[in-house]
Amino acid sequence: MPGKLKAKIVAGRHLPVMDRASDLTDAFVEVKFGNTTFKTDVCPKSLNPQWNSEWFKFEVDDEDLQDEPLQITVLDHDTYSANDAIGKVYIDIDPLLCTEAASIISGWFPIYDTIHGIRGEINVLVKVELFNDLNRFRQSSCGVKFFCTTSIPYSYRAVMVHGFVEELVVNEDPEYQWIDRIRTPRASNEARQRLISLMSGELQRKIGLKVLEMGGNAVVGYLQCFDLEGESGLVVRAIGTACTLEKFSSGSASITCPHPSTAPPSNACNSPKDGKESPLAHGCRSTHNSPVHSACSSQRLSQNFSVSVPTLIFTGMGSGGSAGKEAGPLKTLLRQQTQTTLEQREFPFFTLTSFPPGFLVHVGGVVSARSVKLLDRIHNPDEPETRDAWWEEIRQEIKSHAKALGCHAVVGYSENTSICEEVCILSASGTAAILNPRYMREGCLDVGSIDHRFDDPSPPNCGFCHIPYDELNMPFPAQLAYCYQCRRQKVPDVLFTTIDLPAEAAVTGKGCLIQARLCRLKKKAQGEVNATAISNLLPFMEYELHTQLMNKLKLRSMNALFGLHIQISVGENMLLGLASATGVYLTALPAPGGIQIAGKTPGDLNNEQHVAAIQKRINDAIAKNKELYQINPPELTDEGVGSPIPEPRQRSRIFRSHSESSDELSELDLSHGKKDAFVLEIDDTDAVEDIHSLLTDAPPPAGFHSCSTETMPGIYNWTSGIQMFTSVRVLRLNNTNLTNQGLNKIFTDLCENLLKSFYFKLRSTVPCCLCHLNFTVAVPEEELVQVSVTAVAMTFDKDQNQEKPPEKATTKGGSETEDQLQFPLELSADSSSTSPQPSKISGVAENTIVSTRAVSVDYGSFADRCSTWLELLRLKAHTIRRGSVKTISSLEHCSPLPEGRSRSLCSSRSFGVGSVTMVKMTPLSFLPGTRIIKYLGIINMFFIRETTSLREEGGVSGFLHSFIAEVFAMVRAHVAALGGNAVVSYSMKDCVLMENPNKNQAQCLINVSGDAVICVRETDQEQTTNTGQTCGTIDGAT
Amino acid sequence: MAVELDVFVGNTTIMDEEVYQLWLDGYTVNDAVRARMEGGVLDEFDATADVLLSDTMDQYRTFQMCERLLHSPAKLANQLLFQIPPHRQTMLIERYYAFDDVFVREVLGKKLSKGTKKDLDDISAKTGVTLKSCRRQFDNFKRIFKVVEELKGPLVENIRQHFLLSDKLARDYAAIVFFANNRFETGKKKLQYITFQDFAFCAGQLINNWTVGAVGEGLCKTKNNMVEDMDVDLDKEFLQELKELKVLITDKDLLDQHKSLVCTALRGKTKAFNEMEANFKNLSRGLVNIATKLTNTKDVRDFFIDLVEKFIEPCRSDRWTAADVKLYLTHYTNSAHILDTFKHQVVWDRYMGVIKSCIFKMYHD
Repeated sequence: MPGKLKAKIVAGRHLPVMDRASDLTDAFVEVKFGNTTFKTDVCPKSLNPQWNSEWFKFEVDDEDLQDEPLQITVLDHDTYSANDAIGKVYIDIDPLLCTEAASIISGWFPIYDTIHGIRGEINVLVKVELFNDLNRFRQSSCGVKFFCTTSIPYSYRAVMVHGFVEELVVNEDPEYQWIDRIRTPRASNEARQRLISLMSGELQRKIGLKVLEMGGNAVVGYLQCFDLEGESGLVVRAIGTACTLEKFSSGSASITCPHPSTAPPSNACNSPKDGKESPLAHGCRSTHNSPVHSACSSQRLSQNFSVSVPTLIFTGMGSGGSAGKEAGPLKTLLRQQTQTTLEQREFPFFTLTSFPPGFLVHVGGVVSARSVKLLDRIHNPDEPETRDAWWEEIRQEIKSHAKALGCHAVVGYSENTSICEEVCILSASGTAAILNPRYMREGCLDVGSIDHRFDDPSPPNCGFCHIPYDELNMPFPAQLAYCYQCRRQKVPDVLFTTIDLPAEAAVTGKGCLIQARLCRLKKKAQGEVNATAISNLLPFMEYELHTQLMNKLKLRSMNALFGLHIQISVGENMLLGLASATGVYLTALPAPGGIQIAGKTPGDLNNEQHVAAIQKRINDAIAKNKELYQINPPELTDEGVGSPIPEPRQRSRIFRSHSESSDELSELDLSHGKKDAFVLEIDDTDAVEDIHSLLTDAPPPAGFHSCSTETMPGIYNWTSGIQMFTSVRVLRLNNTNLTNQGLNKIFTDLCENLLKSFYFKLRSTVPCCLCHLNFTVAVPEEELVQVSVTAVAMTFDKDQNQEKPPEKATTKGGSETEDQLQFPLELSADSSSTSPQPSKISGVAENTIVSTRAVSVDYGSFADRCSTWLELLRLKAHTIRRGSVKTISSLEHCSPLPEGRSRSLCSSRSFGVGSVTMVKMTPLSFLPGTRIIKYLGIINMFFIRETTSLREEGGVSGFLHSFIAEVFAMVRAHVAALGGNAVVSYSMKDCVLMENPNKNQAQCLINVSGDAVICVRETDQEQTTNTGQTCGTIDGAT
Repeated sequence: MAVELDVFVGNTTIMDEEVYQLWLDGYTVNDAVRARMEGGVLDEFDATADVLLSDTMDQYRTFQMCERLLHSPAKLANQLLFQIPPHRQTMLIERYYAFDDVFVREVLGKKLSKGTKKDLDDISAKTGVTLKSCRRQFDNFKRIFKVVEELKGPLVENIRQHFLLSDKLARDYAAIVFFANNRFETGKKKLQYITFQDFAFCAGQLINNWTVGAVGEGLCKTKNNMVEDMDVDLDKEFLQELKELKVLITDKDLLDQHKSLVCTALRGKTKAFNEMEANFKNLSRGLVNIATKLTNTKDVRDFFIDLVEKFIEPCRSDRWTAADVKLYLTHYTNSAHILDTFKHQVVWDRYMGVIKSCIFKMYHD
């Protein structure tokens, strides 16, 4: 009996009137955990009852503590008939199981009812007494920390990154059980909420066990999803990255500051001296022309972007078991290969999108795989093998793609599904990369004395762009050039990735949001026919989305995409594709060529003029964009070996993907990256439309920026103003005979209009940037298109932009080098002594030594570049955030509990802070202007809301509006009760809306997650005291 | 193709003050969009009418959801549904409880009942305030009236604390509650020229000087019963005492003595001296009669109409200036102190202090 859970019900307020006669309520509370229930006394005739109950004690296993939520039900006592439920509160007690997280849950929680929404609030206290359990075979994993944040959390240091963890649990969906026919909607909803809560608890516990097995103590980048498969069941699955994290102690903070990455210039000074340390494992020369890769991944669309043909398993009739047939050979092939892979790990995948300096060595490009499956009933919930096998298969494919790109790992990895009736598209994507193996070394925990050396000096700010694959044996046709920064290594001309822009990367100008949108009609069909139709369409959609992205990127005169997320959603009669990314101009990559327009029939004078006119518009647009995004690449000193400036005459023809008739996919010439200029051929109206749509993407209005990544490359001086929002829009397509073009236009307009709406609503916050714009598309019904967006608007200081950093930077050069000196020395020793990795990797390491030395020589010439300094300063700011120490004074200073908490209502008119803690929410991993001093635990909540009086609640808009507001309120309340004042890495995973206006009904499911934190304002004073020795010089810049 | 659903929800609730005002003013969504377009939002920010419509709808929905909370503003501060910074909360409440003077002038002194609510259509047509806005304002009056009615303690303070209003607004509401409670007649044609602000001032005077609460705080600190200090009702004891003032007009000697004292003081100081001298007895009778009749509820209701008929109109027909009125009333009040046989100085001052300031306020065109 390793745990005691204690709960106390204090009071309620704003309760609804349950007794019409007296306009009052006789409320009491049931507290339930597992199978034990306690009750409070009835507090008669009050809307603001004071129960002040005793402590209810539950003696339970810690396994249950992890799985079960504490369930609090508020009821109205009725002497003659059954007691009426007012509402419920589910409290996840997981945060209390971690010693480092929250120690008590205390606060006001909204009382939630799935039919009526929030009905008053209840004040609850919850504590857990945990007894240590030394049983090795325990089923619980208490103490493993979970983070939604997809980077190493602030104030922690990654001692080791163990790698990919995944798990899924399945169950029958209560909504589809026979009993649902005889129970009330409320009971059904509550059964579902409870089941999902249990399932995610179980899932988290199981993942925790895996982490413990691997020797880790935390999961970073934890991503949990629900698949509502309808009749066939309910799947809850999660992926994450297991790590061993260590909290900075106050003493080590300044030492372990991971600042080496921040100082490329000083790096350059140091490396020639000792020259051995580099982790720059360039070019993994082994040729991975794996049979796996050629066998199952079918086509490569272009460089950096490999897409698999979705594997289709026609097993609609039988169970999904036959999937194994296809997966079988894969596995065997894999086994032959595993020796060469990183750490013999099954999947060297990482859900992280930004990394400790030095972690990421090279980036290959985006890898993605999709698969169309037919769902059938999950027969045995305890053995979710079918679903496991499906994902296994996809992951294998991803892995082989990565290998084809010469990479041993996949970063920024994510998985998702789209389900329509019985068809399910499984998708996975990530970025192939080469990582510094030292972070993944087994048993590194025992080298405690040197562990701070894991913070390597980063590769120079261009290293990650260098191609990881073999130049002579390229996985796809690509045009390579010598790196524009170091001039030593080859780089591709365009780079697509799913990760955030590495902090050390050098960028020219500013970035912007780039979206590709696409609709494809499909015939309504059933079963296998349907699945086949979908899987036939998928490659074309991938291709077109990619083409759009490429065109839009060139139009903006940029050469790289970060945070790329491609979503393909399936509906009954159409497929929707939406790709969002942040485009930037990477200084290391060659300047993109223009876009050339070619007429189909040369000689036709009219046509020629038309073509010329369009060409001019495009050229104008490019020029305008260059100015808008401040892209002025530095002049090239043309001593470059092997001129990277491509011949402008070369042209490649892009085939429109309308060649749907041709089944031979291999015929597609997908090598558009090969040539400099894009040629768009106007051969039909489609193309005209395309070009038109290319040009109609409106840039954000003055004062606005937008991006899909955490922050906008090129903006560094964030101020503390943030506004997180969620917006949902649903379009009904009335006209039944729409063409693909018409649909595309509608869909594009929908996305563009949404953006315009955001800009308008947030116009008072300029200058600001919409960060982490996360679009999700769905086809909830036959003629409905739903787009949901969650993002955060962050204000920044416009003036500070260019002028300040350089002067600041110069002042600190001296002190910086001093700090830097020690690291390379120590590290070099480390790298040579601690690479007992099997053949391949140590070979790589040797290779690198040579190459870096060369790199670093050249590097000095960039030292005085403004952008480099900017980078450097920004990183410094990060360093402060990470390295700074939590002091008691600072804690009190910004205690999340407002002073006037207990102030009585009537005592004063100035309600000041009120009695409600302000809780900030953001999809980013940080809050500008603040420092996270404590992570309180993961927030993972699932809510259902249903109404049978849709019109009275203001239609679907009114219904969803209040539901989203309620979800926000419940998240905030939970965070505040944990003692926090912010949620970072917030995301709304699902928003499933079903409506039936004729019956006046609607139902909606929302799943949200994030990390509850305490953050404090980063004042100048604190900075100097905490990090004075190392970082004092840049106080002003932050 | 139609937008089936369109929502935008911020973690911190986004509210546009301009749209809020349009909503309060009872504009429909479409009218509000039109008004905003005319206001030039689109010009300063490149956006289409669709965007404006979508934004307006969102805001209207938010306001509608907030309205329930605004009915008991204290809830707004500790509810969890909307995260609204405190200064915005203040703005929301203050604006929600703001009212149009033209509207309130119409219902001032009327019973805040269903019957009056039915007349709102007419009032709306007459004042040009939209019916929706009229209803909100009327409901606000009623709500505050209902809450304050049952509370003990000073009226203005009660309103301020329960509805978190500014001092100015709380005083105005105190006036409205006070008028509604005492059912002062304000609708007569002769009173039409008096604005709400005039009445609010007068109400303030009455509340501060003639109620039981006023006694509790100021004049007679010895009365220790704070429990009974209702600001809403006039001090019955005081009204009884006012009857004693009758001696000023019934005792001929006293009246003559009073007149001569006043005339001596006024002589040569004003052009209207002759009229003052001629009208002295009339005016004095008028004012004292008002005082002595106040024990009757019916006469309390007619307090303002009496002031106008018995004092203001005669003065106006004699073309007294405001300064003349001030001069006359000052000496009229002070001279009574010199009358040796007149023993009711305290009551006299308490009465005349209010009468004086009310007449000053009301003496205009």
